[in-house]
Amino acid sequence: MASHDTGPNRLTDRIAARFENPTLRWGGIGLILILLAIVPSVFGQYATVIMTNALLYVVLALGLNVVVGFAGLLDLGYAAFFAVGAYTIGILTLDFGVNFWLALPCAVMAAAIAGVIIGGPTLRLRSDYLAIVTLGFGEIVRFSARNLEITGKASGLSGIGQPWLFGWHIATPTDFYFVFCCLAIVAVIVSLRLENSRLGRAWLYVRHDEDVAEAMGINRVAVKMAAYVTGAIFASIGGAFFAANLGAISPESFSFTQSVLILMAVILGGMGKIPGVILGAFIVILGPELLRNLGELRLMVFAVMLLLIMLFRPSGIWPKRGTRS
Amino acid sequence: MSVFEIISHQLINGLVLGSFYALVALGYTMIFGVIKLLNFAHGDLYMVGGFIGFLSLSAISSVVGSDWPGIFVAMFLSMIAVGFIGVIIERVAYHPMLGAPRLSILITALAVSLVLQNTVLSLTGGQYTAFKTDLGFAGINLGSLFISYNQMVLVATAGVLMIALQLFITKTQFGRAMRAVSIDMDMSQLLGINVPVIIAVTFFIGSALAAAAGTMAGAYYGSIWYFMGFLIGLKAFTAAVIGGIGSIPGAMLGGLILGLLEAFGTQIPFIGSEWKDVFSFAVLILVLVLKPTGLLGKSEQERM
Repeated sequence: MASHDTGPNRLTDRIAARFENPTLRWGGIGLILILLAIVPSVFGQYATVIMTNALLYVVLALGLNVVVGFAGLLDLGYAAFFAVGAYTIGILTLDFGVNFWLALPCAVMAAAIAGVIIGGPTLRLRSDYLAIVTLGFGEIVRFSARNLEITGKASGLSGIGQPWLFGWHIATPTDFYFVFCCLAIVAVIVSLRLENSRLGRAWLYVRHDEDVAEAMGINRVAVKMAAYVTGAIFASIGGAFFAANLGAISPESFSFTQSVLILMAVILGGMGKIPGVILGAFIVILGPELLRNLGELRLMVFAVMLLLIMLFRPSGIWPKRGTRS
Repeated sequence: MSVFEIISHQLINGLVLGSFYALVALGYTMIFGVIKLLNFAHGDLYMVGGFIGFLSLSAISSVVGSDWPGIFVAMFLSMIAVGFIGVIIERVAYHPMLGAPRLSILITALAVSLVLQNTVLSLTGGQYTAFKTDLGFAGINLGSLFISYNQMVLVATAGVLMIALQLFITKTQFGRAMRAVSIDMDMSQLLGINVPVIIAVTFFIGSALAAAAGTMAGAYYGSIWYFMGFLIGLKAFTAAVIGGIGSIPGAMLGGLILGLLEAFGTQIPFIGSEWKDVFSFAVLILVLVLKPTGLLGKSEQERM
């Protein structure tokens, strides 16, 4: 594929270069943390709920970024892992009375197993086919949730309890906002560490040239599987807290549109670039909200904007420096 | 009902459903053939086709009536209109992206799909629109088996369209050029084929076939809404993959197979009809895992 948009002096790079300076960078991070901390008291409850949703998307988009951005695998059914996490929590806490914090590792395990089950036979496929298989898998999970007794059929599960953490009952929207803040921060740190790890470099090789990577001694399928399972773990944790936050989940929360929105966040921001993906997640959630006074036209305006962004910046708003696809 | 009746009844249901899938799958496979794009907006062109067909029929029904002749005229108008919409979409949203990363063009396709859905959503308010026709319920009885004339006309029309397409692809100069472009776009360009025109023609035909299916499905099932293209888009893609993506006979075969599988899938004991969508996606995954090239597809090395 042709390389795109690789000049050294793009605006985003120049801004990024400023942050090479440690004082500025830590200052910037501090500023962001302070801004995150004051959102509930300054902007009120409505904004807090929207921001909570945006932070959930940051977690999900960073998870999908491991699969799509780092390992270069297109996944159109990512919401399935999100659903596995949410439903595992729902079923375990409601039907079996398991404590949330015990159910959480089970949800992560379930999503990881789902990742292995779907990844095992499919990761050898060419990329377009992988996209379709993941799409099919996502729809199978959603239809199954809609048809099975244990997942509450079409009406879903409701009455999922809010967890306690060392005497702190996580109950109000503001509580959940701070929980999702912490999750998003952890997700960012884990993503950064993964990117620079041995595994992260293996993903980079596989993404650029599978055959050469294999010749260099990288186990292509194992490395892809690792990306898949990592992504699934991110999504299941997001799903678990999503279920606890809303208290109710239904199959329609995990539709293809959900998978597409998460993928949009990743690609819109700039695949593989962690700040870009975070930006993308915020655009995907805040964009339609900011356009809310357009009424019914807002999704259309959003779609047109999305189209224009992709046409003028095909590698995303804030791509990796010297990105080659 | 006897086993024979159930089988023949589902055979007819499967053929009707399969005809719709096949018509939509053809567009997917043709577009994938020439520009290697999964056109996610294709299902929405089927939906738009349904709506334009409905509007055309409302406009002309006083002259030609709203039985099959009227529906055919409406279908023809819808095919032309949606064909041009498809060409415009290609020029605006896909053509500038041909050199861009492959995932980016997928996102523009999804954006186009959102634009189409939300345009119709804001025009209709998200309600189902009744597609009123004068189609009767008459049919013929073969023993105890009943086939309605509508089903016969529908399957026959789909068949005629597919035969016409096959003749176009194999017998005309345009068709030959289209096949050449799908094999090697750069080489075709060097040999003097006007590639942008071929791509435009491909989008026109693919979109027009989806519109034909949309109009017929609207008339047959009696209602249309803005989200009706989504699931059939996925199913048609499944059909195209089963047949071997890029292969035109494969798309027809895949559509019919998927339609029949779904019709018979609902008859498997302990699996209710609510599982039919799971069933078709499971088939998709099995086909891709066991025979990734599909039934009639050629194996192709991945180009990065």
